Amino acid sequence: MDDLYRDNIIDHYKNPQYRGHLDPNNIQFEDDNPLCGDHIEVTLQVDEAGLVGDARFQGHGCAISQASADLLIESIIGKPVEGIKQLSKQDVLDLLGIELGPVRLKCALLSLKVLKAGVYGLGEATDELVE
Amino acid sequence: MSTTASTLNLSQLRADFPVLNREVRPGVPLVYLDSTATSQKPLPVLEAMDDFYRTKNANIHRGVHTLAEESTAMYEEARAKIGRFINSEAAEQIIFTRNATESINLVAYTWARVNLKAGDLLILTEMEHHSNLVPWQMLASERGIEMEFIPVLENGLLDLEAYRLQLGRNPKLVAFSGMSNVLGTITPAEEIIRMAHAAGAITLVDGAQLVPHLPVDVQALGVDFLAFSAHKMLGPTGIGALYGKMNLLESMPPFMGGGDMIKTVHQRSFVPNDLPHKFEAGTPAIAEAVGFGAAVDYLGKIGMNAVAAHEKEMIAYALDRLEEIPGVKVLGPAAEHKGAVAAFTLEGVHPHDVAQILDRSGVAVRAGHHCAQPLHEKFGISATTRASFYIYNQPSEVDKLVDGIYEVKKIFG
Repeated sequence: MDDLYRDNIIDHYKNPQYRGHLDPNNIQFEDDNPLCGDHIEVTLQVDEAGLVGDARFQGHGCAISQASADLLIESIIGKPVEGIKQLSKQDVLDLLGIELGPVRLKCALLSLKVLKAGVYGLGEATDELVE
Repeated sequence: MSTTASTLNLSQLRADFPVLNREVRPGVPLVYLDSTATSQKPLPVLEAMDDFYRTKNANIHRGVHTLAEESTAMYEEARAKIGRFINSEAAEQIIFTRNATESINLVAYTWARVNLKAGDLLILTEMEHHSNLVPWQMLASERGIEMEFIPVLENGLLDLEAYRLQLGRNPKLVAFSGMSNVLGTITPAEEIIRMAHAAGAITLVDGAQLVPHLPVDVQALGVDFLAFSAHKMLGPTGIGALYGKMNLLESMPPFMGGGDMIKTVHQRSFVPNDLPHKFEAGTPAIAEAVGFGAAVDYLGKIGMNAVAAHEKEMIAYALDRLEEIPGVKVLGPAAEHKGAVAAFTLEGVHPHDVAQILDRSGVAVRAGHHCAQPLHEKFGISATTRASFYIYNQPSEVDKLVDGIYEVKKIFG
């Protein structure tokens, strides 16, 4: 039996701590997963020292995509914004604490993709960002 | 759990489908509710293809040795069977393609590129699968052709009054699905075709869902082109068919160039072959054609009226059970206008999560937009969970689906 839907993930899906939109913000990016219509937007406030002062996400989608966004945002607050560039697929999986097949991996990694595209200041979010 | 009055002997019939005996994981039997995506295959189909490779296998139409002659005969016999299955006037009007998608593209690339010009109108519906939408979008943007869409009403039926008005603009082609792969809507094909013809338009029916599930008589329908796929009707993947009216097929230029589609070839020119070979370039899917023939034999033996009656009972029971679940909303019309497809939303839970949790109990359903993104947009939803039923499904499997949905609700409580 898989533990994809253990309480931790359902909790973050149903009661996200970091859902919202920051205005003003220094970084804003959004994208969706066309396969299933999942959508994530992130907004970050970065201070003069280059630390993430605050961050929020909003969007809609499956429990995996929304819970991983909440966990990811939680993990970057107070950390150097440059550090986000180093985050990998494995970091997201570690946050979730589960194994995922290829289809659901896309759901889990959408928020990281959006976050990294925003930090790099890219025009679009590509899969290479989360390889 | 209910029992059906269906005339099918389900336990005997299910024994013909080896995959239905498998467990998804130890102790969890498969409940296959994804036949709208692709159907499972019965032993006679598997055996026909296996036997072909074991005892016949040769390339067709050219060889004079025994195996080549036998293979050619089997390939052509399959064509004849498929022709009879839909009551085609002649076997030559059945063109083998890779699938319904390729059949539609064949018409878009040959008939349409000769007969449609800038400013011409073609009519589709709002419930088309991408396979009967994107080929026309490509043509429209290449040639400056206009498109209109018969609206889908809130109840999942087509707005034929709007269609009547659209016909006033003298469309050249009306191309529509015989049965929606999402809503399950069985469109009034005969009426749509009659109205189109009265307005001087040619008609194409995307029969990918229609032909596997309901009796189809192309002569009674009067349809000009009918596209369908083997794999959705108990046959193998990689083969489909296009039926066309003889005069249209004869007037159309070839589709792809290569061997077998030619009569004679010179250095700088060629003469196309006769029907149906004109549209079948290169070595076709021979074993798959044999399997396709075995599939229509199998369906023919059961009888398409019995198939349709069984599915009608299945969808009626499924709608009853699904609609009793708080938070579940099934898309599309009531059972009387609906094939055995139940696409639904569950309040507060994404379809991917529903499908994944159902898989735990062996229930295989599809989650997503089912290659009908514009239709989902129209209904303001990004995705649905879809359970679909075929001849081998039984009411107890609907019960397992419903139990699974209650499990989803418990987890997401």
